Amino acid sequence: MNPKHILVVLAHPDDEGIIGGTLLQHARQGDTITYICLTLGEMGRNMGNPPFATRVTLPIIRRQELKEACQLIGIQDLREFGLHDKMVEFEDQEAIADRVREVIDEVKPDLIYTFYPGHGVHPDHDACGAITIRAIEKLPADQRPLTRCIAMTPGSYAALGQPDFVNDISEIVDLKIQAIAAHKTQFQLMLGSYGQETRDRHRTERLWVYRF
Amino acid sequence: MKSIEPARIQQLLDQLKGKEVYIHLEMTTGAYAAHRGEAKLAATAFITNATVTYSQGHIAGDGPYRVGLKTAHGWVFAQGLTHWDETETTRLIAAGHDPDGKLVVALQIAQEPFSSHEED
Repeated sequence: MNPKHILVVLAHPDDEGIIGGTLLQHARQGDTITYICLTLGEMGRNMGNPPFATRVTLPIIRRQELKEACQLIGIQDLREFGLHDKMVEFEDQEAIADRVREVIDEVKPDLIYTFYPGHGVHPDHDACGAITIRAIEKLPADQRPLTRCIAMTPGSYAALGQPDFVNDISEIVDLKIQAIAAHKTQFQLMLGSYGQETRDRHRTERLWVYRF
Repeated sequence: MKSIEPARIQQLLDQLKGKEVYIHLEMTTGAYAAHRGEAKLAATAFITNATVTYSQGHIAGDGPYRVGLKTAHGWVFAQGLTHWDETETTRLIAAGHDPDGKLVVALQIAQEPFSSHEED
């Protein structure tokens, strides 16, 4: 397969871990990954246990964690959009969509990953998905890249049907978990105790294709 | 982050009293609280870099602690404070963390605005 350019648009440092195995596979087969991370997750509640971050230091720490996670996955091109955590839906949606569109025009992705609008659970996830879809919709229909979406709501299957892409990433699940663990402020609560149960939970990644 | 030392918090509150200060006040269950069944309602409120001047500011309780600031026309109040950044000498960075280390409440006071993207 020819190397492709992948565009990932997500809201918070550590969101990339949700599809960490899929992204690792892309990087390993020589694809280039551009990752737009809209915020620095500076309003996150997890500050280590015992807490070692404050509201002041959290964005600085999370930026470093994000860089480490990107390195582990093989994401070469990280774009921080600098939006404020939890405030994505209150920004000028058209203006942010234009910024995403500029990146699309620049890197000309073959494939885009984002959140499924309305199925992100977190308001930033939903806004992120909606903004990205809005940016892609600006393209002529025959030029829109395949767009695979993360859906997290319990009602995803009822609303969207079976996922279009069920990816068994068992062979690299430990690498994926390492990339998630790079987010040291977050990982204790995300991973729990790192055992077989953690591996099982992370070995399948499910994505829904957005139908424009 | 260290456990709150009330005398040192009081010292900072006295230091910042009567000045125009920037406040970050926040309380949150976390955005996933309802999704994960930890709470029936996911709720958050914060105000960042509001300017106030307080004429009285005190820390109270035996831990977790409460802080109340009396302003010209009202009050600023936070309950459940457990930790603070002990390296700060000119501003107050305090928060309340639950037993998992998760932030539930935050109170910060400084003479300069807080930046959410301070440079490394």
